[in-house]
Amino acid sequence: MKIKAQISMVLNLDKCIGCHTCSVTCKNTWTNRPGAEYMWFNNVETKPGVGYPKRWEDEDQYHGGWTLDSKGKLKLRAGNKLNKIALGKIFYNNDMPELDNYYEPWTYDYKTLFGPEQKHQPVARPKSQITGEGMELTTGPNWDDDLAGSTEYVAQDPNMQRIEGDIKNNFEQAFMMYLPRLCEHCLNAPCVASCPSGAMYKRDEDGIVLVDQERCRGWRFCMTGCPYKKVYFNWKTHKAEKCTFCYPRIEEGQPTVCAETCVGRIRYIGAILYDADRVEEAASTPDESKLYEAQLGLFLDPNDPEIVKQARQDGISEEMIEAAQKSPIYKMAVKEKIAFPLHPEYRTMPMVWYIPPLSPVMSYFEGRDSIKNPEMIFPGIDQMRVPVQYLASLLTAGNVPVIKQALYKLAMMRLYMRAKTSGHDFDLSKLERVGLTEARATSLYRLLAIAKYEDRFVIPSSQKAELDDAQTEQGSLGYDECEGCALAPQHKSMFKKAEAGKSTNQIYADSFYGGIWRD
Amino acid sequence: MHSDGWSIFLWVIYPYIMLASFFIGTFVRFKYFHFSITAKSSELFEKKWLMIGSVTFHIGIILAFFGHCLGMFIPASWTAYFGITEHMYHLFGSLMMGIPAGLLAFIGIAILTYRRMTVSRVYKTSDINDIVVDWALLITIALGLTCTITGAFIDYNYRTTISPWVRSLFVLNPQWQLMMSVPLIYKIHILCGLAIFGYFPYTRLVHALTLPWQYIFRRYIVYRRRVKAY
Repeated sequence: MKIKAQISMVLNLDKCIGCHTCSVTCKNTWTNRPGAEYMWFNNVETKPGVGYPKRWEDEDQYHGGWTLDSKGKLKLRAGNKLNKIALGKIFYNNDMPELDNYYEPWTYDYKTLFGPEQKHQPVARPKSQITGEGMELTTGPNWDDDLAGSTEYVAQDPNMQRIEGDIKNNFEQAFMMYLPRLCEHCLNAPCVASCPSGAMYKRDEDGIVLVDQERCRGWRFCMTGCPYKKVYFNWKTHKAEKCTFCYPRIEEGQPTVCAETCVGRIRYIGAILYDADRVEEAASTPDESKLYEAQLGLFLDPNDPEIVKQARQDGISEEMIEAAQKSPIYKMAVKEKIAFPLHPEYRTMPMVWYIPPLSPVMSYFEGRDSIKNPEMIFPGIDQMRVPVQYLASLLTAGNVPVIKQALYKLAMMRLYMRAKTSGHDFDLSKLERVGLTEARATSLYRLLAIAKYEDRFVIPSSQKAELDDAQTEQGSLGYDECEGCALAPQHKSMFKKAEAGKSTNQIYADSFYGGIWRD
Repeated sequence: MHSDGWSIFLWVIYPYIMLASFFIGTFVRFKYFHFSITAKSSELFEKKWLMIGSVTFHIGIILAFFGHCLGMFIPASWTAYFGITEHMYHLFGSLMMGIPAGLLAFIGIAILTYRRMTVSRVYKTSDINDIVVDWALLITIALGLTCTITGAFIDYNYRTTISPWVRSLFVLNPQWQLMMSVPLIYKIHILCGLAIFGYFPYTRLVHALTLPWQYIFRRYIVYRRRVKAY
């Protein structure tokens, strides 16, 4: 046994309202640079839908993730090592998505809005941020947001193509949910395994997967190796970039930007201990629908004295062990089993997990006599607006019973709390039936519904002070070392004005117009 | 003599400048400008032409590179020792291997150059260096291919002139006189080729030196731990 620690995230989809705040704050922090316009380290997809890049879940097209060979051994779906280097794949990567699988990023020709008075209202036309030419807008990220154009898009969702039944195109029965996505920081990361240069790595201390910008040679195998399509290629620096899990913040004990700014408080961040020696074995589980349970089997009980002893021996810091003991992630994923990994069938052992949503049918049942008759929720879950098969296709590689169990538990917790606050009687044996006690149901309710900041984010601050000189590192972390990436040079004119001795207010008045930079 | 001066410049000084630029430039680039070293792929913007162009070009240029090494650095006397006559070498080596390799490289670079100049997304995101590299390779490969093809018709043996001159450069005893009798087209090809070598470290071409062979021996998942500063 070799114990390693992982910082991971759980997203409570039941509370996601699809506002995209996480995506926007992430973009403003990390990818608001030339070359990175099309990158969304975090994005929110409407499901069912094609996602971003389009049809990313179709691994028959993109060949991402792992698969088992004829002998049952784990291999990269895109091909083995020799195949990449010696057989010409390095000259041309067939599996790589093109810009059109994402979208061509654009801006607007704002300059036309300023100038002398004209007879006609000026129009800011869209122009490409790649070529600078004018363009017609025909697609973009979230083009199918909130099921827009769903008659066309829903049928293209690979998950829809996987599930059976007549729900498929029946629009009166349409359902939807939101799926915020970021890098999964996998235990068995295929992007790391795909990188010929050894530029991608998993941090030993907290499992965050990063790209070493110095060593990256732009072979792009990480892009195709990642089945979640969460590694991007910067067309300006010609290097791979990906979600950093906001490591400079995590190191200071702060949550990621997406989690911090989430208005629905749906995100939880915490530590979890796992056995690194058994990752390959678990990822090689022959039956896909058993992969979720295989991954659960890797997580170690941080309150077990034996585990703690071993963790100390393996160099896990005291702060990390303590954080793992108080981890909301461990509680939701392992103890209560209400959170699930995204597409475990890719055999990546992803570490961003999701609590499945209780869709509209619940209020229907809850509103009636469900408090008196909690049994109603069991058939209720089975008839949910978002089909459990669809959720199972997303989260458990088709393992429906575990999803149902989680939904029963969440629904029963709600009924219990409703009865409690409204002074109704509640048959406690109903709680037992879903594996809850009064205390556990209350504590789960606190974690999920009240979701206090300190309950959601239990992040050990690293002993960074003894690792690096924090002062010299200030402002130097992240991607800003790349030349031409920073936004400041684009607005040089403004700085020149500052040199000329203008006041801040003057500069502001000169340079901004309704939040738009004026050149 | 006037013409001697030119010859010494072209066949002694110029090659040494280019080689020095190649080695020193590469060292400096790898040591101080490590971040800038990348394959500079434009596959994100265009795939179809790239597939044909890039694969044919790379296979062609690699074969051609090794062909040049054989031709330049293996003296005719060595091959003769193994019973390979000049005629056999010329027929099998130069013509049957050289022409296909040269053709692949030429077709490949022609497609790649066409792609770079015409596909708007690729052209707009290219810098001047990328464009110069494409044209320089196109011209040099075209000249080289012409040399090889004309070699089938004219009676000219580079292994007794150009090859010994190349080797003489590397043993620091340059025999520039050997180059006097070389046909003009070969001369231009050599000058262009040397220019590419000299220019090499400052362009995208450096990615050729970063073949990630270590990958084959590496374990899949890489972990890195921060080392304590003090």
